[in-house]
Amino acid sequence: MLSRVANTLYWMVRYVERADNLARLIDVNEQVLLDFESLDSERLRGFWKPIILSTGDEERFHELYDDVGSYQVIHFLTNDTRNPNSIVSCIGFARENARTVRDQLSDDLWEELNGLYLFTKSEESTYLLESNPPRYYERVRRAAMTFLGISASTTARDGRWDFMSLGRHLERADKTTRFLDISTYFPKGAEGLERASPGVLHWSAILSSCGAMGAFRATRQEITGRTVMTFLLFSPDFPRSVRYCIDQVDAALHRISGTSRGTYSNESERECGMMLAKLNFGKPEDVLEEGLHFFLDEIQSKLNKIAGEIFETYVLMPERIVTKLPVVPFLSTNQPAQEQEQ
Amino acid sequence: MFEGYIADKFYDEMFSPDGKVREHCEALDRKFQQLGNKEFLSRKATSELYFMRQGITFNVYHDNRGSERIFPFDPVPRVIPAGEWEHLEAGLTQRILALNLFLHDVYHDQNILTDEVIPRHYIENAKHFRKEFRGVDVPKDIYIHICGSDLIRGGDGTYYVLEDNGRCPSGASYLLENRNALKRAFPSLFDSVGVRPVDSYPRDLLNMLHHISPRREGEPVCVLLTPGCYNSAYFEHCYLARKMGIEIVEGRDLVVIDRFVYMRTTKGLVRVDVIYRRIDDDFIDPVVFRKDSVLGVPGLMNAYKAGNVALANAVGTGVADDKVIYYFVPRMIEYYLGQKPILPNVPTYLASEEADFKYIMAHLPELVVKAANESGGYGMLMGPQASSDEIEKFRELIKADPRNYIAQPVVSLSQSPTWCDGAMEGRHLDLRPYIIYGEDVKIVPGGLTRVALTKGSLIVNSSQGGGSKDTWVLK
Repeated sequence: MLSRVANTLYWMVRYVERADNLARLIDVNEQVLLDFESLDSERLRGFWKPIILSTGDEERFHELYDDVGSYQVIHFLTNDTRNPNSIVSCIGFARENARTVRDQLSDDLWEELNGLYLFTKSEESTYLLESNPPRYYERVRRAAMTFLGISASTTARDGRWDFMSLGRHLERADKTTRFLDISTYFPKGAEGLERASPGVLHWSAILSSCGAMGAFRATRQEITGRTVMTFLLFSPDFPRSVRYCIDQVDAALHRISGTSRGTYSNESERECGMMLAKLNFGKPEDVLEEGLHFFLDEIQSKLNKIAGEIFETYVLMPERIVTKLPVVPFLSTNQPAQEQEQ
Repeated sequence: MFEGYIADKFYDEMFSPDGKVREHCEALDRKFQQLGNKEFLSRKATSELYFMRQGITFNVYHDNRGSERIFPFDPVPRVIPAGEWEHLEAGLTQRILALNLFLHDVYHDQNILTDEVIPRHYIENAKHFRKEFRGVDVPKDIYIHICGSDLIRGGDGTYYVLEDNGRCPSGASYLLENRNALKRAFPSLFDSVGVRPVDSYPRDLLNMLHHISPRREGEPVCVLLTPGCYNSAYFEHCYLARKMGIEIVEGRDLVVIDRFVYMRTTKGLVRVDVIYRRIDDDFIDPVVFRKDSVLGVPGLMNAYKAGNVALANAVGTGVADDKVIYYFVPRMIEYYLGQKPILPNVPTYLASEEADFKYIMAHLPELVVKAANESGGYGMLMGPQASSDEIEKFRELIKADPRNYIAQPVVSLSQSPTWCDGAMEGRHLDLRPYIIYGEDVKIVPGGLTRVALTKGSLIVNSSQGGGSKDTWVLK
């Protein structure tokens, strides 16, 4: 596969995943707010502010808006094209990436993404966002899920799939850490990791934003800061937990290079392996000791590092691959017998 | 559906001058009558949705929104009876053989110039004649691998060749997708009419690319080289690459090392044998041609000259597209093949020939004037529709640079019923068949029928408000 194509497929999927996550985040939080119609504007601000902070786009937000109200935050994250990370911007980028590798995609996959793009540009979508926001976000999420379903059922399991998997799981891991990080900015009285209430509301919202409510309930645990954090970081089988995502990234990287898991042949594999070990063998206590925000921050910067190394190895300098680097052997203690396909 | 349709004074593809349906269109006429207006409109909408959802669009330059538009599609097909097609096929085959012999000759011994069949200065002053490539051999001696000749019909229905388009002719994807759209939206039209399929085009194209590969053993690696996704024909580039199952590459995906071409992949560098290039000569290699081109591949021409990579079409075919050289194509046919031309040229006057120059100056308001090396409907004067200012402007242009202009009488193009704002009206059209020259000459039955959607207009280019139709060749 062409290096440029690999890069483009990676970003196409990443942007769709980002739009999907944002749509869920906003939708969930709007729903939660409906339970508190009596909130005054000061407390409303307290509610939305953590969300903006967690996206990492607070600077841009404050350049564009004076007030942190529902309307501003929702507009900023949904259809403000001045924000390159808004849902509409992400779908536009995803579609632009898809267009440049149109020949690599199945007709169905392209049509779904193009259809979603046309929807976000339509008057219907503007109307829907004003009159019935849940329907709007549902449209976006359904299309993103359909996109994922079509790609899973029409993409050959070759390098294309692997690079798409990298994009999806790196973005998912990043978004899960960011949604968890919302707890760092909880308004006063809700910050306690162990306290059951009123934090339950916020922690539930975080679970739902990660689409994890059902899966979490199945574990029959109570919703507390600690249980939610543990689930979203360390669950070995929930598809949006950071550990699961990093495991998928690690698997895809080794399929691409052809080296066995537990070893590494380039920097992205080494970085990813280190993070996976930390998540495989880490304990919630370690996180609490380090501080959740610090822990999440570190994961986010490592994710960026992995992405950067992937770009360096496979896109920027494919010439290097011609002279194969010797594989550094390492005896793995954690070699799953069968690779999981999500 | 065709009530009140007027065939006018033009040659109509579907109706004879007495208003009767031509014999080869009778079945089609019946099927449209069965549909009725309402059903017709709903299916027309289906076909438009198909184009939009498939993203079958072209980019409009100089538009800040970077907008893509669908190429307007008219559901009434243009029908060509079997006998007529045989005639066209024979004429086009003859023409591409002669053009290839001509290109080989002008880039080697130049016998046709020595024998004074074509005056030498016309070649030497041709904008797209690549002197640097004289004496360079190309794989299998083929220059124009894909030719998109434009055909038009005069008032009596005679087919003429208007131009040959031997550089990077585009539009084949629309030919294929028009058929798909029509089949989806109007399946009943095809019942038992006996329309020849067109879907062999990508296979023929790939076979041709394999045929010219310089690689001696193993499967050749073919790629399609595109200027990128901002090019107006990008959809087509993707489409054809995908149908052929080859990579679509941009200049930055290729690298030349020791006069071999490689593409940059996630598994390292992979050698490339054949490039179906959709980039003009000028942009293809910044070392040899335009230095400011960022679209091309530095060093590509060295690899090409060394015979390590094949290009389709070859470099330097533009000399045959020069509208002055076009004038000489019938003479080439006689010179190289010893045959009479089967398809005539449109009568043409060369401004650089004294007698023709006088005629042109005296008859400007009746003539179509064309710059020798423009395409897409640009650089043209339509005498009968032009203001006197425009005519005077062209008079000066021609005087200043007669080598660069030709003139032709206005050919009033045939017309066909076309759905225009609620009724069938006659609109003018042309036909662009796609001729592939590989191991042998293959022409996909029919071609792209382009239609001028503006009433009375004779300009069918998509950049100037043209649309297209499906083209049926009957069995």
